[in-house]
Amino acid sequence: MDRFLSSPTRLIFALLGVLVVIGSTLSFVPETRQGVVVRFGEPVRIINRYKVGEAIGASGAGLYARIPFAEQVAWIDKRVMSVDMDSQEVLSTDQLRLQVDAYARYRIVDPLRMYRTARTEKRLNEQLRPLLGSALRNELGKQSFAALLSPERGAVMNNIRKGLNLTASQYGVEVIDVRIKRAELPEGTPRNSAFERMRTARKLEADTLRAEGWRESQVIRANADAEAAKVYAASFGKDPSFYDFYRAMQSYRQTFISTDPKNPKAQTSIILSPGNDYLREFRGGGN
Amino acid sequence: MSDKNGWWSRATAVFNQNGGPWGSRDSEGAPDEPSGGPRNPWDLPPKGGKPRTGRGAASLDELQQRMRERLGGGGSGGDGGSGGGFPSIPGGPALRLGLFAILALWLIFTCFWRIAYNERGVVTRFGAYHRTLESGIGMTLPWPFEAVAKVNVTDIRELKMPMSGTNFVLTGDQNILDLDYTVRWSIADPELYKFQLADPEGTIQEVAESAMRAVVSRASFAGAVGTQRDQIEQEVRQQMTRVLAGYHSGIRIEGVAIINAVPPQEVNDAFRDVNAAQQEAQGQINNAKTYAQQVIKRAQGEAASFDKVYEQYRLAPGVTRRRMYYETMEEVLSNVDKTIVETPGVTPYLALPEMKRRLPEPPATTGGR
Repeated sequence: MDRFLSSPTRLIFALLGVLVVIGSTLSFVPETRQGVVVRFGEPVRIINRYKVGEAIGASGAGLYARIPFAEQVAWIDKRVMSVDMDSQEVLSTDQLRLQVDAYARYRIVDPLRMYRTARTEKRLNEQLRPLLGSALRNELGKQSFAALLSPERGAVMNNIRKGLNLTASQYGVEVIDVRIKRAELPEGTPRNSAFERMRTARKLEADTLRAEGWRESQVIRANADAEAAKVYAASFGKDPSFYDFYRAMQSYRQTFISTDPKNPKAQTSIILSPGNDYLREFRGGGN
Repeated sequence: MSDKNGWWSRATAVFNQNGGPWGSRDSEGAPDEPSGGPRNPWDLPPKGGKPRTGRGAASLDELQQRMRERLGGGGSGGDGGSGGGFPSIPGGPALRLGLFAILALWLIFTCFWRIAYNERGVVTRFGAYHRTLESGIGMTLPWPFEAVAKVNVTDIRELKMPMSGTNFVLTGDQNILDLDYTVRWSIADPELYKFQLADPEGTIQEVAESAMRAVVSRASFAGAVGTQRDQIEQEVRQQMTRVLAGYHSGIRIEGVAIINAVPPQEVNDAFRDVNAAQQEAQGQINNAKTYAQQVIKRAQGEAASFDKVYEQYRLAPGVTRRRMYYETMEEVLSNVDKTIVETPGVTPYLALPEMKRRLPEPPATTGGR
């Protein structure tokens, strides 16, 4: 032994060997992962498996020793993960289309089953995606368009989650929740017709506003006229004949007197008969 | 032989000084060391089982001192024997110094942690959560036994939604809204934040989008654009908090703020037209009110002047009437062209005004008729 170790090169190799053995025996199990210990391709143990309500620090994480070379650890994420569905068109019961974008949050609760069925997280994700898509389409297809937008959405989501959970449990996965990220009218005709509807609704509002403005202004004018007529009547009604005379005098001034300052006399010519009342005295006392 | 033993034990001694679990294994680590062999001054028996934080510094001092002795002793253990031993390697001390420096750096950088006032250090031992360091100077076992992840717990982070482009949201009355908003969040629980979610930021983003859409889908378009904004922000915040708590995410939602809730570009003109119509209607009403004021004031004025005159008229009706008549006629007739025709049979030449106006050109007038 001593002789063997006497050469520095050999020593380095020996140290490396020790490190390799240690490295293949001991592993650090992080909080965020669970491991499936595989012996010659056959899973034999699970380490740091997720337990509901488990406190951080009290889990199975930490140092773990296994049989070197014979056993390998397949690491599987322990955290909440997300599967994101590609945007899908869903047809509601009333034949309206909705573009839906959804995600599901899940956690691998049975790493062994997950390891057997999907092996890697990436593959698991790829397999869950179409499952989410079909669960979503199945459930949303039973709803009316209005229900998809309305508060009942919570119940719909729950149904989808349950539906997805049934199939996803085959993969050792627990679906925590499913949520619709976006629900939009598809681009093109449906969206444009919605825009058109919004536009016409605005036009209705605008035209109604204008008409209301017109109506109100007419009422204001009419009220004013009525008020004025009342004022006139109250005043002039005291002596209609005098009003007639008074108003006639005002009117003569208004009509016959030229207001054109350049040609004050040019506007009107009056031909008077001597019998005119104004000329009564002009004739000279012949009452 | 003794020489070879010497460097091996020195090598183990170096490990001993680490204060790691190696120390406890010393007795098995070099089982073939002859008990009667010359003990190297380095080769102190290990101080024992569990490594304690703080020991690192002390043992460093000892190590340094011994190193100095060793260097001063100039290879007392090594008598230039064949091959192998450190002392006989040229540049040996330098190599050892280098190793020592690396060791020191390793200890300094992996044992001492400065945790800023707004941070917490999440310590994992062999990957398992062990404890959380408060702000200040914290000490841990060196890497790889313990590792520290610093988490900022006071910063409020802001997430802008949407990341880019427009964000069409359907309202409860099936209108389309273009919505920009921000979500402010912070880390409430560094341990949960570190260990529970695979992608915290992505999660917040998705949860925000989902919550916002769910809430807006219950609001009317007019409400979302204007009056119900506050309420929507509150509800989104509550819903996000609820969902994130369900994930045990350790994330606190500080607030949700709607920056912009506007009708989409495509229908903006129609919305502007509504504003215009509002203004127009108000304008019409204002005009009508102006007219009303004018008409009424005028009526009041005229009525008042009539009343005044009538008061006087009543005192002497006949005289006043004649006076007013003459005054008016005087004023009227003094300002107009007058013709008095005596005999009833005379027909006046009625084109008088034309003639008068054309006086400057008499021939044209006569020729004309």
